[in-house]
Amino acid sequence: MTNIKTKRIYMDHAAAAPMDKRVKKAMEPYWTENFGNPNALYKEGLIARNAVETAREDIAKILGARAKEIIFTNGGTESDNLAILGVAKNFKSGHIITTKFEHHAVLNSCKRLEKEGFEVTYLDVGKEGVVNPEDVKRALKPETILVSIMYANNEIGTVQPIREIAKVVRGFKKKNKENFPLFHTDACQAPGYLDINVERLGVDLMTINGSKIYGPKGIGLLYAKNGIKLEPLLYGGEQERRLRPGTENVPAIVGLAEALKIAGQDGEKESTRLVKLRDYFINRLLGEIPKTVLNGHPIQRLPSNINVSILDAEGESIVLYLDEAGIACSTGSACTSESLEPSHVILAIGKPRAYAHGAMRFSLGRSTTKKDIDYVMKVLPDIIKKLRMFSPVNIKI
Amino acid sequence: MADVDKWVYSNVVKDHFIHPRGFLLGEPKEGEFDSYGEVGSLACGDIIKVWIKVDKETNKIKDFKWQTWGCATAIASASAFAEMIMKNNGMKVEEAMNIKPKDIADYLGGLPARKFHCSILADKAFKKAVENYRNKN
Repeated sequence: MTNIKTKRIYMDHAAAAPMDKRVKKAMEPYWTENFGNPNALYKEGLIARNAVETAREDIAKILGARAKEIIFTNGGTESDNLAILGVAKNFKSGHIITTKFEHHAVLNSCKRLEKEGFEVTYLDVGKEGVVNPEDVKRALKPETILVSIMYANNEIGTVQPIREIAKVVRGFKKKNKENFPLFHTDACQAPGYLDINVERLGVDLMTINGSKIYGPKGIGLLYAKNGIKLEPLLYGGEQERRLRPGTENVPAIVGLAEALKIAGQDGEKESTRLVKLRDYFINRLLGEIPKTVLNGHPIQRLPSNINVSILDAEGESIVLYLDEAGIACSTGSACTSESLEPSHVILAIGKPRAYAHGAMRFSLGRSTTKKDIDYVMKVLPDIIKKLRMFSPVNIKI
Repeated sequence: MADVDKWVYSNVVKDHFIHPRGFLLGEPKEGEFDSYGEVGSLACGDIIKVWIKVDKETNKIKDFKWQTWGCATAIASASAFAEMIMKNNGMKVEEAMNIKPKDIADYLGGLPARKFHCSILADKAFKKAVENYRNKN
């Protein structure tokens, strides 16, 4: 059994956030008590169906969408795949625009499509990690079927000008008198911090995930605007309008709705609190650890995200030393920690590979206090001193 | 139930990583070592430098020091290699040349497969140092 003796400081909320107790409570009746299959005609089935459809309506209201535009999936990766592969397979051929620093769920879906003959443009994201809508404009062509650009980057937290990009895509559509290209955004990191109203954003497809927003793991959704034709990834029953067959994950769907509700209610206050903590943390990191540089735009980033490259030390080593000191954080994306490649996001913002190897992500959350940051700043400078003590590297900034 | 108390690496790796042995603090002094070897690159994410001092009479390694930038395995394997060759007042150069990555991994109580080839660099840096030494003498 795990034996965590000392108090842990958790600073990896962008990888997984602890499920909110209110979410857990909302889910509770749907495991054993109301276990029915929502597709059954009898009372147990109706109770479950009612729970799923109420959740769908609640979520639709939060997103400014219609209930039938919400497709429940098993998470962010599946939603991204469904959006990209689903649109592409329906069009059968064409051109896709995305960015170099998307999540691998988007990047690898695009790479797969390249093998099938689709053309993909991977846009640069500039030194500060923000896409220029003008670059999207320049990349659009009559064959473009889809534009997929994330709302907030999962590693460096930079917020993308989604509304402006949507305007560019809309203008292009109008000019060509076509109903494509479609605009998809992966908004997994956004709820609670950013406006997720699809009407205001002007997106056609949007990915949301449960586990990043204090909801359950294994649940996500894809918003797909009414009228958009998608080819499903899975084949089976008629659930989710045949776009996502399989018995609905009733408790998780209920939990996702509750998590989104809470994110909406508490979001503004929490964002204001975290921005202060984030900036305090960044200032101390840059001020107290020599040869430390911030990755991504200093302000146009999630209130929860801190990403720095600490030179002459290496990310994995720092993470493991911090773990020993009771602090959980990551080198970037937890998804890539199995691979030995340095972060594609840090490379995409034009930093050398040595900077990418020293990249550290701290993602704050509801439990984070100033005291936690002060503790990190008490131990981290010494850890870096130690790692640099036996490091033969001396990178010039 | 999975043993989550176990570290991502073995306890021996952890010990060498947290308490590394035999590294060189700062730059070497004039004449402190006979030779030096380096492998790895900033791009790969691992660099190791090693310094050796050889007893000409006995052909034993009198001193061995390292510096490493890289992941936990890179640091631990450098530390382990230093311990292995400096045991009993230093191995003979020929004997130390025979140490293979697998020997270092075994000494550390095993390493994850994906870390095996890229992060055990101490033996390679050592071989370079010996090569340089032989060229000089």
